[in-house]
Amino acid sequence: MNHFSTFWFVVIGAIKVLAVFTVLMVVVAYMTFAERRVSAFIQDRLGPNRVGPQGLLQPIADGIKNILKEETMPATASKFYFLLGPALAITPALVTFAVIPFAAPLPTPWGTVDMIVADVPIGVLYILALSSLGVYGLVLGGWASNNKYAFLGGLRASAQMVSYEVALGLSLVAVLLLSGNVTLTEVVAKQQALEFWFVFPLSLAFIFFMVSAFAETNRLPFDMPEAESELVTGYHTEYSAMKFSMFFIAEYAHVVTASALMATLFFGGWDVPFWTGDDMFYHQGALIRGFDAAGAPIPATPTVLVTLLTLASFCAKTAFFLLLFIWVRWTLPRFRYDQVMHLGWKVLLPAALIYIMLVAGTMLVLDQLGVPFGFRYGLALTGVSGLATLAFLFVADRDRIIGGAHKKRAGRRLPAETSAS
Amino acid sequence: MAISVKVMKRPEAGRTSYMRATLKGMSLTLKHMVRPDSVTLEYPEEQPALHPRWRGTHRMEVHADGRPKCVACGLCPTVCPANCIRLVGGEDDQGNRYPIVYEIDEFRCIFCGMCQEVCPVEAIHVGRHFENAEYTRDRFVYDLDRLMEQDHATTLLWDPSDPRSE
Repeated sequence: MNHFSTFWFVVIGAIKVLAVFTVLMVVVAYMTFAERRVSAFIQDRLGPNRVGPQGLLQPIADGIKNILKEETMPATASKFYFLLGPALAITPALVTFAVIPFAAPLPTPWGTVDMIVADVPIGVLYILALSSLGVYGLVLGGWASNNKYAFLGGLRASAQMVSYEVALGLSLVAVLLLSGNVTLTEVVAKQQALEFWFVFPLSLAFIFFMVSAFAETNRLPFDMPEAESELVTGYHTEYSAMKFSMFFIAEYAHVVTASALMATLFFGGWDVPFWTGDDMFYHQGALIRGFDAAGAPIPATPTVLVTLLTLASFCAKTAFFLLLFIWVRWTLPRFRYDQVMHLGWKVLLPAALIYIMLVAGTMLVLDQLGVPFGFRYGLALTGVSGLATLAFLFVADRDRIIGGAHKKRAGRRLPAETSAS
Repeated sequence: MAISVKVMKRPEAGRTSYMRATLKGMSLTLKHMVRPDSVTLEYPEEQPALHPRWRGTHRMEVHADGRPKCVACGLCPTVCPANCIRLVGGEDDQGNRYPIVYEIDEFRCIFCGMCQEVCPVEAIHVGRHFENAEYTRDRFVYDLDRLMEQDHATTLLWDPSDPRSE
């Protein structure tokens, strides 16, 4: 794991940081492009297809445009915080990716290199801490603009982020219960050991996590902070050029990170489905692929091919969620503000709490019965979670939880209804 | 008959399925995403099909010897509702009238096509053409030479016996 000397550890770390940062920025740039193209396809348009073949150079043109545009500074803005806002928004969005493992360890002539920027032992806590820091950028930007729409946007951002942080954290508790660890590499290893991606044994937690992730990234149907039809563009109303672009990059970086997190926590991370050749994790400092019948560790042999395959697997899963983000955005309309709060506090919070009790109880029963952590363990949890998911969807469906405007009218007849012949 | 208001029947609370509606919407958008049915006309490469009675940039018909067909009768500036035609007529030795100045301000023009309808010698026409962008405003006042240079198709006049141009 950490068998390099300090010098080489720093060099390899710097290379990984550079590589991940570059890839992340490119993915973010092309995410904006993909959003425009996919939204155009959904709406029977073509989208930007002029710059380069199929418009593939559009993000570069956008970047040049944003750098060359005039930076406006509102006369009444609080200058320091106005400048601090975009920086505060973009930094947490970019650094959260550091703890996500994106491939199986890569063998090099000098030793095995982990395909993760920082395999910190507090993985999930780090993500929770930093992803919620992103809201400070939005709030500061909104407040410092000295603009009522921007301020309302920032206010909504803070309320929404805080509300859904709770549901997000609680849905993660179920994952942590099952994996028994907060390190993301461990979460991946446990999913390989269970022979189930966590989305099956923890299906309801995945739904909660996904809904919260949509809210946390301020994407439609939860884009309260920048609701165009109500707040101009919300917290970044007063921003122009590259500072505006930084808020944009931050939002998309959050989306990429959330997609990678969903892939890692619930879809096996870099695990290639239906193949055990890629199973490898650290056990007491040695890279092993499992235990034999006697309980002795079997050493794993990482190869470049496995690393590439697992990287492709991780990228495919992340890309799927990125597409899902776009797809949902261009399908669903925006929630009303009270509906957002209602869903967060009165639905997701209690439901997630009950679900944690359910998962913990099931795990306790399974442990008492002596079911080993493996396929049957996962199958039992899948059954229980599946029932819980069905129950939740049944109750949440059919207008019981989030109702439209007509719900308030129930029992009262409209004048037109009475007079119409 | 009194104006009646149609009240849309909204499903009662407890009878709406948001899950099903959401999934339905998602499948609809997915269908469009994978099989885009674009209605976009990629303009500079693809040209829109102009109707035979499309009224656009003017052109002046020319005799075989290169003289304009206009006889400077003065009907078009009279009929022009936007007052965009400036005509100064002259007469040559044989007593033929001809335009000394004939200018159309394409900015003022409302492209009603009345000049074409009123012209007794079928000299001035509106045309099936719309790409007349310029870099300066004064380039939009078309003089006689410029009007005679135009070579786009002329607009079909409305025929009362064939009101839909079929």
